[in-house]
Amino acid sequence: MTSHTPLLSLTDITKRFGTLIANNAISLDLHQGEILALLGENGAGKTTLMNILFGHYVQDEGTVRVAAGGDVMTTLPPGSPGAALAAGIGMVHQHFTLAENLSGLDNIRLGTEPLLSFGRRHAARAKVEKIITESGLDVDLDRRVDGLTVGEKQRVEILKALYRDARVLILDEPTAVLTPQEAEGLFAVLRRLAANGLGVIFISHKLGEVLAVSHRIMVLRAGEQAGELVTAQADRRAIADLMVGKAVAEVTRTPGARGRALVEFQSVSLGKPGHRAALHGVSFDLRAGEVVGLAGVSGNGQSAIAALISGLAVPDSGTMRLYGDPVTRADPRRLVAAGVARMPEDRQHDGVVGTMSVADNIAIEEVRSPGFSRYGFIDAKAIRARATAAIAAYDVRCPGPDAEARLLSGGNVQKLILARVLERAPRVILANQPTRGLDIGAQAEVHRRIIAARDRGAAVLVISEDLDELFALSDRFLVIHAGEITDAGPAETLDRATVGLLMAGQTHTPETLAS
Amino acid sequence: MSLRLEPREHAPLGLRLLVSLLAGAIALLFVAIPVMAAGANPCEAYVLMAQGAFGSMFALSETLNRATPLILTGLAATVAFRARLWNIGAEGQLYMGALAAVLVGSGFLQLPGPIMIPAIMLAGFLAGGLMMVVPTMLKQRFGADEVVITLLLNFVVILFIQMLIEGPLKDPLSMGWPQSVPLLAEAKFDKLVPRLRTHWGLIIGLVSALLLWLMVKKTVLGFEIKAVGENKPAARFAGIPVDATMLKVALISGGLAGLAGVGEVAGVKGYLSADLSPGFGYSGIVVAMLAGLSPIGSVLAAIFIAAVFVGADSMSRATGISNYLADLVVALSLLCVLVGSFFLRFRLAPANPKVEA
Ligand SMILES: Nc1ncnc2c1ncn2[C@@H]1O[C@H](COP(=O)(O)OP(=O)(O)OP(=O)(O)O)[C@@H](O)[C@H]1O
Ligand SMILES: [Mg+2]
Repeated sequence: MTSHTPLLSLTDITKRFGTLIANNAISLDLHQGEILALLGENGAGKTTLMNILFGHYVQDEGTVRVAAGGDVMTTLPPGSPGAALAAGIGMVHQHFTLAENLSGLDNIRLGTEPLLSFGRRHAARAKVEKIITESGLDVDLDRRVDGLTVGEKQRVEILKALYRDARVLILDEPTAVLTPQEAEGLFAVLRRLAANGLGVIFISHKLGEVLAVSHRIMVLRAGEQAGELVTAQADRRAIADLMVGKAVAEVTRTPGARGRALVEFQSVSLGKPGHRAALHGVSFDLRAGEVVGLAGVSGNGQSAIAALISGLAVPDSGTMRLYGDPVTRADPRRLVAAGVARMPEDRQHDGVVGTMSVADNIAIEEVRSPGFSRYGFIDAKAIRARATAAIAAYDVRCPGPDAEARLLSGGNVQKLILARVLERAPRVILANQPTRGLDIGAQAEVHRRIIAARDRGAAVLVISEDLDELFALSDRFLVIHAGEITDAGPAETLDRATVGLLMAGQTHTPETLAS
Repeated sequence: MSLRLEPREHAPLGLRLLVSLLAGAIALLFVAIPVMAAGANPCEAYVLMAQGAFGSMFALSETLNRATPLILTGLAATVAFRARLWNIGAEGQLYMGALAAVLVGSGFLQLPGPIMIPAIMLAGFLAGGLMMVVPTMLKQRFGADEVVITLLLNFVVILFIQMLIEGPLKDPLSMGWPQSVPLLAEAKFDKLVPRLRTHWGLIIGLVSALLLWLMVKKTVLGFEIKAVGENKPAARFAGIPVDATMLKVALISGGLAGLAGVGEVAGVKGYLSADLSPGFGYSGIVVAMLAGLSPIGSVLAAIFIAAVFVGADSMSRATGISNYLADLVVALSLLCVLVGSFFLRFRLAPANPKVEA
């Protein structure tokens, strides 16, 4: 049972960045055994609040207090991650902070003791293994971190926090990068940890998982505390109301007019044969006026397909055709000029240059085109004007076109990329995880724009792990498994179970499944 | 009240200037210690140094003459470091530029007078540029570390030059001195002021700084270099030709260092010798760092470093204190600017900002 003294208590936390108020007098309590979901639109201030709690940022006003035994609570010194750690606060950032060339175990021990103490290594392993049995966080401790999957890395991060005797665990959008299966596993772990007395705060944009896992929901809106709900009494509508202040319109999809093939893959192979993430003789096409959903567990060849359509690679064998002509050179610029819109999967890594301005990042694909430069000179005015319009049209929340892109919140970086690629009325769209990390309002907006582009005659390939998203958008399904693609047919003939079976590698066609 | 470090969102121009100025000033202050140890009065020493560097037309000319190659090697480091291409080979590139100037400008080729100077400049630029393009290609092809390659090439080049000026290029009239045949008269840079050593190379340096500034701020190439330097995968994804951009940077960087060599041969010495540069290539790195990788700042930093060298020489003649002092100032100012650049990324903030009860 939860005790009356909270584990953790934030009082009137305010944080300003220049004139922007990222957090305005936020207060919250977290009790033992409680899972609290922190919700809010992109840029609402969720990450900022957690960074204050963990000591990465210094609040302008307000206090963070933690339970110190009995009914006593002590105030944490602001801006001291060391003190936060010592007080039992553990944080798993959205971008992992592991040393890639060390084993999982060494990463967990890192910073707690000298690395070259062999006796202690044994004791440490025993302690970690005990935590693993208690929590179900299964991971190969001796593998180097760069050989682990995203889900495994995340488990190492959580183990690292627990190893330091965390009593409060903070997870910033932990499921954004996980497959649905991995996310289920994570929730099982969180439930067990909470049952053992830990307090958990997690940030998410996925209302389904919030409703399934949390006990309590707190919503931020534009830096303000918009409200709190007990999950058992909440539903999607109530949460959405609190988050955006109005109901979110669902996208509706009318049947489209399927045109000619704009992109064709003909027995395309790419990558090391036999490797799971390589492509093996894949054939399919993307037609004008059609959204094709590519379903599959990540790591089954999706990145290879994305690399081909992005112009980062050409097939090892077979042909990829664009508008009927074979693409023979890996040249993103040519594809962009030909009207291909590309969204990278990892937007922080491949999508933006953090130290360049928002405006420059919007123009970056087309700096050489006449609209943005003349005789090799940048037309800064045109770039700014385009950015100002795009910021408004795509609701990119940022201080302005001159702000550095690294200061944008995760979801707003994605909006920036949408503004970059969709504004040109593209003929082919590669939407790779298009709504990862976007709030529900922004998700609906992206869906609306994708459908609008389709109605205008664009061919769209959506790569996503979110089946709900794929069913909302797709006219037709492709399923990828171990580098091979099955054409699963029109969306109307499919249900989640069928797609799920194909994703798991069942080689039946839909017809034989139906019979 | 204790202090803590907080990352800065960005560092304003004024602060960046302040860091560079303070770094230079602190380095000069530190030098008081060895000066006192040598039994001299530091205040007097500073005055002597300042007079030696700026006290007369002659002194000023000497300082600017010293600054000329430093501006160009400083710009060479600036453009490369901005793209995260670690060119440590400006010294070798300078010598290759000088060699090219001698090959083209000493009568081996019959060129009409008016195009002689453009020709030796172009040759020097290309020779220096090639010395940086090749290591960059090795880096792209085989992942070879450009720091090691360019650094070691400096020694290879100087040995190669020594071989040439003791052998095929040796001036038969030099009475045995290891120096090359001289440049033709029409291949030499004019002096800016009669009877003073400052030459047209200074103008070349200033124009190069302006052009580089223009490139960085206003051109597509500058935009692309920035993107490639700051985030290669994102630049590649956006369609910027990463390898080609790096090669352009390499050509410009090595080429500027090559021009420094052309200037020393055509503007100062008139022939190539193995003591053409007292480490201008390496000092260029200090210049670039001190300037915070700003092209215009490089001009000022180069003049500062040159003034330290020239001033220290003159002070040393007056007081008998060794002119190694200059090297000490240069090294210290590099250290200070490295410390200072840390404060450009972080600020000191009170550890306990006001907290409401
Ligand atoms: N260091 C900073 N300097 C200036 N502005 C910042 C800084 N960090 C965050 N911001 C701004 O503060 C606001 C809140 O950002 P925060 O990252 O907390 O949003 P978020 O709720 O986590 O959003 P998302 O769901 O997109 O991750 C944003 O408008 C962001 O641009
Ligand atoms: Mg965030």
